[in-house]
Order: sequence, then structure tokens, then C-alpha cells
Amino acid sequence: MSHNGPAALLFHALFVVFILAPILIVCAVAFTPLGFLSLPTHGLSLRWFRAIGDNPEFVDAFWASLWLGALSASIAVTFTIPCALAITRYRFPGRDALVAFLQSPLMIPPVVLGIAFLRFFSEIGLSGTFLGLVLSHVVIVMPFSLRLVIAAASGSDPRLEQAAVSLGASAWRVFSRVTLPLILPGVASGWVLAFITSFDEVTMTVFIASPRTTTLPVRLFLYIQDNIDPLVAAVSAALIFLTIAAMLLLDRLYGLERLLVGRGRD
Amino acid sequence: MSAATDTGRSGILSTPYLLSAPALLLYAVLLLVPLVATALLSLHSFGIYKGIENVYNLANYRDIFGDSYFYEIFGRTFRIAFLVTVLSALIGAPEAYILNRMRAPWRGIFLLVALGPLLISVISRTLGWALLLGSNGLVNQGLTAAGLISEPLQFMYSETGIVIALTHVLIPLMVISVWASLQRLDPQIENAAISLGAGPLTVLRRIVLPQAMPGILSGGIIVFALSASAFATPAIIGGRRLKVAATLAYDEFLNTLDWPLGAAIAVLLLVANILIIVGCNRLLEKRYAEVFR
Repeated sequence: MSHNGPAALLFHALFVVFILAPILIVCAVAFTPLGFLSLPTHGLSLRWFRAIGDNPEFVDAFWASLWLGALSASIAVTFTIPCALAITRYRFPGRDALVAFLQSPLMIPPVVLGIAFLRFFSEIGLSGTFLGLVLSHVVIVMPFSLRLVIAAASGSDPRLEQAAVSLGASAWRVFSRVTLPLILPGVASGWVLAFITSFDEVTMTVFIASPRTTTLPVRLFLYIQDNIDPLVAAVSAALIFLTIAAMLLLDRLYGLERLLVGRGRD
Repeated sequence: MSAATDTGRSGILSTPYLLSAPALLLYAVLLLVPLVATALLSLHSFGIYKGIENVYNLANYRDIFGDSYFYEIFGRTFRIAFLVTVLSALIGAPEAYILNRMRAPWRGIFLLVALGPLLISVISRTLGWALLLGSNGLVNQGLTAAGLISEPLQFMYSETGIVIALTHVLIPLMVISVWASLQRLDPQIENAAISLGAGPLTVLRRIVLPQAMPGILSGGIIVFALSASAFATPAIIGGRRLKVAATLAYDEFLNTLDWPLGAAIAVLLLVANILIIVGCNRLLEKRYAEVFR
């Protein structure tokens, strides 16, 4: 395989600038010591990060997003594990249709889901509730956790389970002592990916959130529509730092390349 | 929990269905019911004083197809989606190829740089573009300093701005898709072509591009579908007046409160999305049957 020439490297450099510029500028503006949008050319300041603490609407929304992500990821993973085992351990009629159906939320635009849930929740009396947010987020994070748990389950050796059975272990014991420990890294990364997906979701959530129960991205979105100031840059920068931390965790757990690109098979 | 624990034949047959029953039930209640209800809602009518009326007709669809206002918005949506798809392919595909030719550790590091933004909130990334593209933003300052323009360009509240920001948001998906198809490419074929006297451009055109094409096309389908239904980026960069299909549906629902009309827009968006994804994938699989096998 030949090397990249100077033209290719120049193209690559421009690409990296294009990708990183908007992310870096948010982080830079967040550290401005001035009271308006500006680059921190005269020293850095944490005043806008401190200002986040004085805005309970952002702090409350952050905690709501955190709980929402954790709850919906946990529920989704719980539903996903038996499903993934059925898909990887058995050949049965309708198996391909089942996988396609479980992945189908990926094909539905979030706007459409938001509209569908807004109507549905107002009909069954859940509109504007935290429970409604959790239920809707479970649906959109399911495909992500399913993909990783299936990958983990198909990567583990079913003969280990057969060995446990032949030694007299009950079905539950086989699952809790053999299967689950084997697929745990995949389950954990499925949880983290589901959490990030839920935490970042804005389009669907903007339809079903109410002023009292809202998430951080929705709060940010509504704020930015009215005005852009260093405060939203600071909140966004904090979000970016948190995401990078989660990315490092995922890289340790599962390998980011494998997570984002997949293994070519699925 | 595993195949080995089942002894009877009926056990083997029913176990996978029992295991997937909870998830199926969840989807039936939380996905099918709301979507069907939305389709039904789109057939209702709406009056400012009467609210939602429980009648069934196609009036909302007739309104949408008979009004040039909606044509303009759907036209803009597809124009933006098309431009974003072309730009993503033109930038993302060469970048995936360059990444593929890098050595460790650069390859892994820059793959992370290219794909990592996928995990960063769309709001944060779009905010970055709003800061860059504003009339006092870095892009205009840079262009003015370079003497290329005398007055700041209007990127905010323009389709150009939406296309730039959406390309940034979605380009990692194109890189992923092309990267995955390049992984299947055998480097020995390139070397064989070179040993037979092919120049670098010929290798690129006759060897690499044909093999990367399925990746570029399937990446294109994903990017097109997602930019046609994008919401947050067009809403922030385009402002309240420059509407696309998704922001239009939002306005009908939460500002005008015409839920049936909003539901009709949602149904059209969903149908268009599924037709594009399923239809293009079919074509792609037929055209490149040997690659997907």
C-alpha cells in the first residue's frame, strides 16, 4: 500500500480543521473572561462555568438528563439481553424479521417519533411527565444496546454454557454464572452507548418535554433559539468534556473503533 | 437460557419467542400504537375554535399537496439533503481512503478525530457553527483578513449555513461507511495494478473507487435520510423563518397547534424516509450483489 502524498496530507489537515473547529471554538469561548461572546485572548476565566451553577434551570435539566439516560439505558439493556440471546443462540422462523423490527426505530425520523409520543402520551395522561420521557427514550436507545449485546453474545462460546449444563447447572445458574459474565463487557458498552444516545437526544424530546420536566439538550436548544451567549458555550463545553470522558471509558471497555465502525459483519 | 438447557422439541421452539416476547410487547405498545394513532390523527380535521374533530378524510394531505408554501419547504428540505449528501461523499470518501493508508498510531488517532464527534451533542456542534458563521464569526474575520471579501457573508439564516453545519454533523457516518468497505479491499490488488504499470490515478479510478462505491452509496443513503429529517441544526442555523420539513412539523404542533396537519407532515416524512432507505438499499444490493454476499 502506497503512502499518502503531500496533497492527501493537506486534504487531511483541512478535514481535521473542519471537524474540530466548531468543537474547539465552543470550548474556547466558554473560557472568556468578558461578558459577551469573544475568544479568550486576554486571559482565561471560569466565570461562565461558575455561572452555570447560578442557573438552576440548567442544573436541574442536567440531573434530569442524567437520570433519564441511566434509567432508559438500564431498562433497554434489561429487555435487550434475553432478546439478544434468543437471536444468537437459536434458529427460529421469523428471526430476521425480529431483528429488523427491533432495529426499526433507527429508520423513523425522531421528529415523527416526537409527534407520535406527544399525541400518545396526551391520550393516556402521561404528557409532560418524567415517566413519559423514560418510556420514549427506551424505544430509541433499544437498537443501540441490542446491536452491542448481540455482538457480545455471538462472540461468546456457547460450548461453555453446554459444559455448565452437563455439570448439572440450572438454566438461571447458567445464565447468571456463565453467560452474563461472558457478555458483560458488551452489555456494559451497550449501556454506555444507550446512555449517550439518550443524553444527547433533542429532536424527539423537544416535543414531549414540558417546562418542568426537560432535558439539558432541550433546555440548551430552546435557550439558543432566543440568544447565544457565553453561558450556553460554557454549558456546551461542559457537555463536550463529559462526552470525551465517556468516550475514553467506552474505549477502555469495548474499543471505540469497534463500537463506531462495527466489525463489518453486522 | 441456552439451547442446551432445552430437552423437549417444543421447548426449543418456544424458548426464543418467550425470550423476545417482553421486547416485542414493549415495541407493540410504545412504537406501533403511537405510530398508528399518528396516522389516524393525520386524517382528522382541525378548526381554530373547534379543535381536533374526529372525522376521517384526506383534507390535510390535499392541503399539503395543493399549497405552494409546503412545496417550497419540502423542496428546500430535499435540496439541502442532496447538497449535504454530495458534500459528505466528496469530502468523506477521500478522507476515509487517506485514513486507511495511514500507519499506527496515526490511523487510530485520526479515526477517533473523524468519528468521535458523532458522540458529541448535536446542539454543541451546531452552536460551534453558529459561533463560527456569525457575521462577526471567525470564518468571516478570516475571509476579510485574507482580502477575499469586503463585507461579511450571511451564513446564519441561510441554506448555505445549514448545509455546512449539517455536513459537519453527518460526515462521520459517510467516513464510517466508506471505511468499512475499504477494510474489505485487498491491498495486493492495488500492488498488482501498480506492477502492471498503472499510474496512481488509474489505480484510484479503476481499482479503489469501484470497490469503495457500495460504501459511498450506502453512506449516502444514511446521510440523505438523516439530513432530510434533521431538526436541531436547521432550527438553530436557519432561524425561525427558514423552515425545513421537520421544523415545519414542530411549528404546526407546538405553535399553530394544528396537530392533524402536523401529523400529516410527519406521516409524509416517515413514508418518504422509508421509501428512500428501503428503495435505495434494494437497488444497491441488486447492483452490488457480489459485494454484499
